[in-house]
Amino acid sequence: MEQENGKRLVIGVIGADVHAVGIRILEFAFRQAGFQVTNLGVMVSQEEFIGAALETGADAIVVSSLYGHGELDCRGLRDKCDEAGLEGILLYVGGNIVVGKQDFNDVEKRFHEMGFDRVFPPGTTPEQAIECLNKDLGVG
Amino acid sequence: MRPVLLIDFGSTFTKVTAVDLEAERILGRSSAFTTADSDIGRGLNLALDRLADKTGDLVYESRLACSSAAGGLRVMVSGLVPELTAEAARLAALGAGAKICRVFSHQLTRCDLTEIEENPPDIFLLTGGTDGGNRQCITSNAERLASLTSRFPIIFAGNRSALDDCERLLADFPLTVCPNVMPCFGELRIEPVQKEIRRLFLERIVSARGLSRTRELLSGILMPTPSAILSAVTLLAGGTKEEPGIGDLIAVDVGGATTDVYSVGQGEPDDAGIIFKGLEEPYAKRTVEGDIGVRYSIQGIIDEVGPDRLACEADLETGRLVQLVSHLTAQPFLLPEDQGEELRRLDHTLAASAVDVATRRHAGVLSRVYTPMGPAWLQKGKNLRQMERIILTGGSLIYSTRPLELARQALYSDRHPESLRPYRAQALLDQDYILSAMGVLAEREPGIALRIMKKELTPLGVCHRRQDQEEANGSA
Repeated sequence: MEQENGKRLVIGVIGADVHAVGIRILEFAFRQAGFQVTNLGVMVSQEEFIGAALETGADAIVVSSLYGHGELDCRGLRDKCDEAGLEGILLYVGGNIVVGKQDFNDVEKRFHEMGFDRVFPPGTTPEQAIECLNKDLGVG
Repeated sequence: MRPVLLIDFGSTFTKVTAVDLEAERILGRSSAFTTADSDIGRGLNLALDRLADKTGDLVYESRLACSSAAGGLRVMVSGLVPELTAEAARLAALGAGAKICRVFSHQLTRCDLTEIEENPPDIFLLTGGTDGGNRQCITSNAERLASLTSRFPIIFAGNRSALDDCERLLADFPLTVCPNVMPCFGELRIEPVQKEIRRLFLERIVSARGLSRTRELLSGILMPTPSAILSAVTLLAGGTKEEPGIGDLIAVDVGGATTDVYSVGQGEPDDAGIIFKGLEEPYAKRTVEGDIGVRYSIQGIIDEVGPDRLACEADLETGRLVQLVSHLTAQPFLLPEDQGEELRRLDHTLAASAVDVATRRHAGVLSRVYTPMGPAWLQKGKNLRQMERIILTGGSLIYSTRPLELARQALYSDRHPESLRPYRAQALLDQDYILSAMGVLAEREPGIALRIMKKELTPLGVCHRRQDQEEANGSA
């Protein structure tokens, strides 16, 4: 395992999504990469993400969504973060975040407009996410 | 014979119990009005004289006490997020037998500070942030507390990364440091804080409350009464290393002003399809409802249940109910047995509603969520469905003529299927008011306390969940 880098992540599967496996893999990969991870598991509400990020003093919230309703579930998360005093916190989202076959560039644009700093398409490896986190959080 | 004296300084009555440790039985008990204003010892002496009339003169090898006199142990807590560290701090203080006068979350405001200054607590529990997490909130709260003129004991149990700063800021407060109540997200660690609250209660609070003069009479142990009851039921449920307990249980104590509910057990989801959400639940949990009681707090019961339904259950006209309630509120010392049939019915209904409402607030809640993969269940709070014993204590339950019916109010009901209360339970009655005494004794002689409780609590029989049908028929 890499040495701890002092950066804290809150991760979880948003909404009514019960896909429990991928988030465990991400937790493991992020820990291996030196992050302190709070894994909220499945069926996580926006409020839970925010509460956990506040208490743990998180540097980034990483949202996973695999059941196609991500767009509905994620809407307003950035605004709520601002309200809660988490202005500027890094927001990532990834997975099967929309329904059907859509052009990912459109999807990415929509999620950027919703306030997400990074949007990952299906098939992203944990390494790609880690690389982005390291870059955005100034690690290494 | 090895007689020991156990004392419970209540806000109204001082109760004394003599126990023979050798025979493991209760020798006698009696009570007298508490004389808190002058010297608490006078009420105690009166109770002791009455006890001596029953047991003859005894030479006690030790005297142990618990107290809720003089308003109990007033604690204020502060945390960061209301459902997280602030809630963890609240649970910690409740389990230590405290009376929580205020729960603050996020940053303390000037208005909050004025409130603290005007009515300083016996103990302030300062929390916020997981270890290594947010430290700005707790540090700024420490700084704000330091700006006050009053100096009260503070327990620091928050983010340890903020400890050094807070210690410096609170240098002239009596400050003690405990492990974080929520060291990492969702994890609850409240026992060290509870131990500390009890130590402070013994050391500092007692001397300020006119209890000190009796202190030389005591042999050391003195704890807040709710904490003694929680110790007793925890011992009864879990047993000792040598002897098993009776298993997971809940206990209900309906008083004139408040209703306390205790539950001992893990309370985790009982089905693989249920997902648990929120803060971990304490194994031994206490909640107290300040607005639910059968004398001073009748209004809270009416607000919750509604006057019409209450009247219907007591078989009274609503107008008559209102009349009787104002009669009771004006004379809180009225006992039901001295009264007419109507008042007795009302008293029974009030006690039943108090048990129903207080256990519903204590128990966790199950909610159904529809997902694209089908329905799923979410559990928030503690699951009591598999707990198979319920203990009744407190005057209005102990002296009830139909206690089993009251016990039943703590069970699952079709009217509130979301409330995770027991399906069926064996009811036990604390007929002789021994729980608090046994909690105190448990500090010294857990084995004996356990065996006395097993022997002395009166089994009432088994009660079952409440179904729609019979509720509709109106059989209580």
